[in-house]
Parts: sequence; C-alpha cells; structure tokens
Amino acid sequence: MKAKNRLGLILFPAFDWAISPRHPEREERLLYTQDQLMEEGIEDIDRIEFFNPLIATDQDIERVHLAYPDVEALVSESHRIAAGGVMQAFDLVLSNKAEKSFALVRPPGHHAQRVVYGDRGFCIINNEAVGLAYARQKYGDMRVAIVDTDCHHGDGTEDIYWNDPDTLVISFHQDGRTLYPGTGPISDLGGPGAYGYNVNIPLPPGTGDEGFLYVLEHVVLPILEDYQPDLIINSAGQDNHYTDPLTNMNFSAQGYSVLNDRLNPDIAVLEGGYSIQGALPYVNTGIIAAMAGLDYSGIWEPDYHLGKWKQTDRVGQDVRSIAEAVIEIWHKKEEIAQELFRSQKKVTRQRQVYYDTAGIMEHQTQEFYLCPSCPGLDVIRSKNDQGASLVGITVPRKACPDCQTKAYELFETEQRSRVKFVLLQDQKNDRFQRATGR
Amino acid sequence: MIIGIDMGGTNIDGVVLHQDRILKTFKQPVDGSDYFASIWHCLEALIEGLDRTDIKRIQLSTTISTNAIVENKVAQVGVILQPGPGLNWSYDHFGERLKYISGSIDHRGSPVRVIDRKELRQIRDEWSDLPIDALAIVTKFSVRNPDFEHEIEKFFSNDYPDITLGHRLSGKLNFPRRVETAYLNAAVSRTFRTFAEQFQQALEQADIQAPVYILKADGGTIDLEGAIEKPVETILSGPAASFMGMKALLHENGNDRLLIDIGGTTTDLFLLVDDVPIFEPLGITINQRKTLVRAIFSHSIGLGGDSYVRFEEGQLLIGPERKGHAIAFGGKHLTPTDALVYLDRLKGERGDESREAIEVLAKEHGLSGHELAENIITKMGEMISNTVDAVLEKLNGSPVYTVRELMSDRTIKPDSIGLVGGPAEALAETIHQSLGLPIDYPADFAIANAIGAALAKPTVEINLLADTERNILSVPELGIYQTLRGSLDLATAKQFAMEQVKLAGQTMGLSKEQLDTEIVEASIFNMLNDDYGVEKNIRVRAQIRPGLLTHLQREGGYNESKE
Repeated sequence: MKAKNRLGLILFPAFDWAISPRHPEREERLLYTQDQLMEEGIEDIDRIEFFNPLIATDQDIERVHLAYPDVEALVSESHRIAAGGVMQAFDLVLSNKAEKSFALVRPPGHHAQRVVYGDRGFCIINNEAVGLAYARQKYGDMRVAIVDTDCHHGDGTEDIYWNDPDTLVISFHQDGRTLYPGTGPISDLGGPGAYGYNVNIPLPPGTGDEGFLYVLEHVVLPILEDYQPDLIINSAGQDNHYTDPLTNMNFSAQGYSVLNDRLNPDIAVLEGGYSIQGALPYVNTGIIAAMAGLDYSGIWEPDYHLGKWKQTDRVGQDVRSIAEAVIEIWHKKEEIAQELFRSQKKVTRQRQVYYDTAGIMEHQTQEFYLCPSCPGLDVIRSKNDQGASLVGITVPRKACPDCQTKAYELFETEQRSRVKFVLLQDQKNDRFQRATGR
Repeated sequence: MIIGIDMGGTNIDGVVLHQDRILKTFKQPVDGSDYFASIWHCLEALIEGLDRTDIKRIQLSTTISTNAIVENKVAQVGVILQPGPGLNWSYDHFGERLKYISGSIDHRGSPVRVIDRKELRQIRDEWSDLPIDALAIVTKFSVRNPDFEHEIEKFFSNDYPDITLGHRLSGKLNFPRRVETAYLNAAVSRTFRTFAEQFQQALEQADIQAPVYILKADGGTIDLEGAIEKPVETILSGPAASFMGMKALLHENGNDRLLIDIGGTTTDLFLLVDDVPIFEPLGITINQRKTLVRAIFSHSIGLGGDSYVRFEEGQLLIGPERKGHAIAFGGKHLTPTDALVYLDRLKGERGDESREAIEVLAKEHGLSGHELAENIITKMGEMISNTVDAVLEKLNGSPVYTVRELMSDRTIKPDSIGLVGGPAEALAETIHQSLGLPIDYPADFAIANAIGAALAKPTVEINLLADTERNILSVPELGIYQTLRGSLDLATAKQFAMEQVKLAGQTMGLSKEQLDTEIVEASIFNMLNDDYGVEKNIRVRAQIRPGLLTHLQREGGYNESKE
C-alpha cells in the first residue's frame, strides 16, 4: 500500500510515564492505539515514516510560557518530549521530509495558557504553541490556523493567540456550560490586535457526525478559505467520540476520518481522548489514513451501530443556529472591532484561571496596548492563591521599534513593584529575561 | 562432531567440526535443481571414513523453500481472511483462491462478531472444483485470540491436508505480514516436507542417528520437525549463515562492530551491537512479500568484485549490474577486480588483458591506468562508506516508545570492522581508509557459510501477553493460550517467559551453558476498568539469543588488525 501524501508519524506513547497510576493520563493510554496501528500494518505503508520526538529545551518552552517559578520546576521529561514531538512534526513538514505529519504524543497541551503555575486539564505546556514558536523562529513568519477538535474548549491555545492576528484559532467543543473548562462562548473573539481571529463553536451535548461535519462545511472551511493560512494544524483531541467517559458527544471514528480528509491539515497533534480502548485505536487509524490520503471507508469501531449514535433533530437545529451565528460574526469582525476599540490606548481584561489538577486559583489582569503600526505589547499581571505572583511583558514577533523600547523600559520599572518575578518575553529577538521584583 | 552444510545459489559448502577444530571441508558447485542429491552428495563426502555414531548434529542451511518461492514452484494455496474493520490492504495477488469472511476480534482479543458458518459452506462449495493443495487462514488479532482461526481450521480439516494458521507463525502484531507469512508457509509446506522426509529416510538407511537442524534467517536453527511445521522459517538463511560464519571466524571485542561481506555481485552489511546481532524490525521480505519471519538485519549494496565499471556522462560508475566475470578471470567487462589486479593487490588469470582494458578506458578519460585503478577502488570505498552512514542513521533513528529509551540516546557506533569475501584482503586498506576504523579479516573464509551453519544454535523468540481482566496468558509462538488464575505481577511473568524459552531450547538439544536467554522487553500497564478496579496488562518478549554452539580454535592464523 502506498500513501498519496508522504506522512511523518511521531508515535510516542511514553510507556513509562503517568501523572499518577490511576490517572486517565497513564502509561496505558496509547497501548491499544499502538497495537491497532501495528496490526493494521501502518509501518509497512510506503510514504508513511516514523520519527522520534525532539526534546523541548527551556528556551523552546519560554518562547510561549511564563513559567512560575521556572520551567525546570514544572515540567517532566515527558512534557518536554510531547512538545518536542510537535516541534519534530513542524520540522518534518517545513523541511519537506514529509508533506504532512501527525504527532501522537502525551500528555496533551491545549489547556496550558501563557502563565503556568502547574497542571490544568492534564496539560502543563502547550505542545502546539511550543512547536509553532520553534517553527516561526527557525523557518520565519507564517500564517497559521489551529483547528481544535477536542471536546473541551482549547482555552490554553485561545489565551496564547488571543492577540495574534497571524494565528487563527478555531475551537469546536462541547458547550462550556456543560463541560470543563467552562469557557469558549461565541462571544470570546480575541484581543484588539486580533479581534475575530479567535473562533469558538460551542456545540450541544449529543452532537453526532452530521453536526460536526455541518460545522466543518458551513463554518470552518469558509473561514479558512477567507483566512488563507500557510499551515493548518488540527489539535486532534478524540474525546468527542461516543465512547468517551468524560464527555457527552456522538462522534465516530468514521466521522473523525471524514473531518480530517476535508479539513486537510498539514499537521495534526493528539490532544485529549480517554476512551483508550473503544475510541483511540480506531480514531487514530482513521486520522492517519485520511492524512495519508488512503481509503478510510473500512475504518469503524467493531461495535459501531449508526442508528444508536445518530444525533437528534433538536441537536441538529441547535448546531445549525450556532453555525449561523459564528459565521455572521466572522463577516462582521472588523466593524465590531472598530466600534469596540475606538480611541482606546489600552484594553484590559480580568480573568480567573483554575488549575484543576494542581488545585490552584489564579487571578490575572491582561493589558493589551493598541499600536497603529504593530499588534502591540501585552502585559500580564498575575497572582495565585498560593502566594505566587508575576508580571509578564511580551514583545510580539512583529513589534515596532517603539513598542520594543517601551517593553524594555517597562521591564526595568516593573522590577520595583511587589511581585516575585518580572518576565520579559521578547518574541521578536527570541530572548527571554527573568528578574525578581521588590 | 558437528556437520554443517550451506547450500547457496552457486556453491554447496560443507564442514565437519570436531570440538573446536575443523576436521574436513567440502566445496562444490550446486548440481542442477536436485537439492536433495546435492546435499546428500556433500554429506557423504564429509562423513566418508568417519565414525557415524560420533556425529552429534547435522545442521543445514538450504535454499529449498527460498527457491520454491522465488521460482514460484509452490503449492496452490487457498487463502481465507477475516480482516474485520480497518485499512483496506489489497490481497488481490492471491487471485480466485482468496476469500474474505465476516466476524472480528478486537485488539484485546475479545470476539466482537462471530463467524457466519454459511460463508464457510459457501467457500467449500465454490472451491470444490479448484485445485487447492493447502489453506492459509488468518484473522486480524488472531495472536490475541486464536479461537476463530481454530474454528475455521476445524471446518475445513477434512477438505485440505495442509492448513497454516496465522497465529502460529509469530506473536507479533501485523495482519498484512501475518497473511503473507501464512500464505508462504502453506505454499512451501509440501516441498519442504518432501525434502525432509527424503533426507530422514536417507539418514536412516545410512544409519545416521544424529538430529537435524535447519538454519533460519535469524541466525538460529530449528529442529527438523519444527521446520516441517513452519517451513517458512527456513527461507533466506544464506545471509545468516554468512553472518554466523563471520562471527565464528573473527575476533570478538564486546563492542559495536560492522561486518562486511564482499561478494561478486553484492556487498552485504551486518551489525553487531555489544557483539549481539540485531534483527530486522518486523521480518524479512521475499519476492516483495513482507513477512513476520525474524531475520538478522542486513543491508545489501549492488556492488561487488564483479560489478560492471564504466563511465556515463563523464562519471565513473560501478554496478549495480554484474555482466559476468572480471576480465582478469575471462570476462568481457571491466570490474573492480581488474582494478585490484592492475594495482597488484590480486592475481588474475588473464592479467595482461585486464591491464590493457584499464589502460584503454583510462586513456579515453585522460587518466593514467594507475589513476583509474585507484579511482575505481576509492569510489568503491566511498560507496560502502556512504551506505554505512545511511544505514546507521536509519537504525539510530528507529522509533522508541519510552522516556527512558529516548533520554538514554543509545546510538550504534561501530568501533571496528570485520571483512570477508573474495577481495577482502585486497580491499582492507581502502575500506579502512574510507571508514576510518580498524579492520579484521580471517585468513580463510572459503567455507565461512558452512561454519556458520554448523555452529548456529537453536533460537526461539516469544511474545508473552497476560491480561488479568480477561484472565488470559498467551505465548503464540509456543501455542500457549491459558487461563490465568489469581493475580500476576511482572516478575512472575518474566520468570514464566524465561522458563518457557529455556524449555524450548532444551527440547531442541541445548545444554544449560548454551542457553543464552534474555528478556528483550518487559512492560506492565495498569488497566482501569469501569469500576475503577486496577487490572494488569503485561507484555514480555524473551529469546534465546542467536550465537555459536562452541567457539572455534583459531587455526591457520589471523590477519593482524590494522592499527
């Protein structure tokens, strides 16, 4: 069998690492997936090749995250490898060792936000974001669309690219009113520098193949057509599956395959998905087949029964009206932004972020400075209920000289304030500095 | 005494070893296509004048199964597959003797959909008029649960005498390879059995009681009974014989080593890691069919002493084609051997003609004869060296699945080279130059393959899987599928695996000292069931490492290792 597309696979099940022995994120998670892939003979398909992950360094991680107290204290080798797996996925595609790549790595990353005090939603570092920052550093600027098909809102990815117009983030998820992390309404659209480029599509519980594919056709693909990204990333969580123990959706392996075929991502990255026997083996086989351009029509869960997992008409109606609302906003995003941010110099938003795994509550103020000639600086002031605090100043990759100077001045002045750390994340010069506050 | 016989494509080599010494050797061109006659003739020549009761074992490396496959002189095999849901691999090459049936087993070995007996009856009807000698029956995930394969076998047991079941051939997961392996096994089954029976009868008549072992591609042997059941294990044992022969003839140093066998048409590369052979990741490929037959890792380059040398668009090219013997040995086309003769590193039968051919070609390209001869040899060294680099890069990039392995970053880095083959001595310096490593080459390697066959010991690899939730323990290679009682931990599972491997080795005549067993991989996984109870999924791979029955006394001297 020969794949139509040269596909690079980074399959790293980390068979010797778990968050804890009974945690869903444990050694066993990709065991059956690996069994299924081996039995299907994936290794013998021409033009599908396996690669080992890279290992993310502190510098790779600090391009994205403001880590407290520092990277080394927060992450395990497995986190570095999972992020390194995505770095490898970018390398493969951008150096043309493969046309497409899929990183099957764990733990996941899409709940990891810019500030990191610990583990949330099984994530500490955002694998895609670390991979993308590495790729932009190595291969230059690029417009990227991240389509998050995990059932949970990709709140970490949303936060990281909130004000970045070069990274479009689209997240499908089970409505936040019914599922962790509780965020991701249609109305969260991005910061003043990238308003409308954060697209949330909250779906009702019970959404099936029909609903997901409807949203893909009527919302995601038209938006991608408008946006014209250089790269499409699928943040491929697999917990929309009908067997997932943590969620309430009706998506199937066949549905995931069709979605990947039509979405046609350059890179896919495994996120969540904890139905490790009933879903992951089949969904991953389906995604691989679709990305490789192979016939996936025979890939089904052995016990699949269409009638049982069909979405109801009511769900179908809800999905259609959500899709309509989202696409309407997409077309009007510039007008709304003008209205919203007219004559403002700085946009501020307050947030509370809960670290469910680590049991930490964080209070954050984000300040986005509006600049006529660049996306503008942003500053995060954060403290948590364990007594930690930091100020993070970020110089975006496309910052103008004025904003850059302003950031370095701010870095000096903030060191006089009452915080534990002041961090300067200069994405333009790929430089990271850390100082203590007063 | 041990008798080793290697039947290659052109020659049949034989050797009699007594303890650690070579007692007698034999070498002759292969006689037509009568394999039995060739082997028997060799055996008779070897044992002439010896006491037959002293023969401890007879070890054969044969091309019987290989040639049957390559020349497509195989049985008509009916293939019945139960692929269940998944990727649509094409098995159209089996033609009209291919049937799919419904029913499936999942990755845990749980039956999901049962067999429909109506479909089996229909196959029986449809095939009743077709000439079919043997069946291959393969179910996806049958190594996890062989029940369906057994059920199908039972249904057809009166219709066909030769039935191969997929799960018996390997414990590894890979359905398409299991299908090809089962097909090949069924296809050569009768040919091999006919040979084996003929050989056994001849031994009886000659009053030789020694057990017979057949060399496998993994550098180990299998007893004759085992080979009759799994003849596919005997394919492509030639490179393994050569590899084991080199291992017996070369110095050991316990480190990573590169072994190079330079022949007339090809150069074969092998690797030893900490002096232990490494294997092809899944299995060997024969006639474009990928199998689960375990094999020593080797890489073949279309470059040898008789490769065709010419210029194309101003570029000096060597191989991969071979157009016959070197000019120095009566051929018509220039070869690296001629370059070696020109440089006085080899003696040719027709040295003058060879020299002249070099001079003529050199002149056409504005070179002196010496320069061209040097260029050819240097180029050969570069080609080998580039291939070695590529092979090492690929092997060192092989996927790993644990944090420990990824962080430990164990890379294969040979620190010396073992070299055999016709032009070995003449090329030693060149290869030393291009790879920058010290070289060791044996004085006499003419019957290296027979020595390899003689000294190889039985090997077994097993893949144990235990699942405490389903209460099963399986070792497909040994046909073990048993119910687990009570709990099981990793240490007990490892111990059980070692015991089983040892038992298998002892059954095949290995003494305790010869049993070099090891656990290759072992892992245990917590499985959480719906009630959040913790069950265990345990996987252990164990083997008898391929190795030498005894170490050979180094008679006749060895060439000093360079540096």
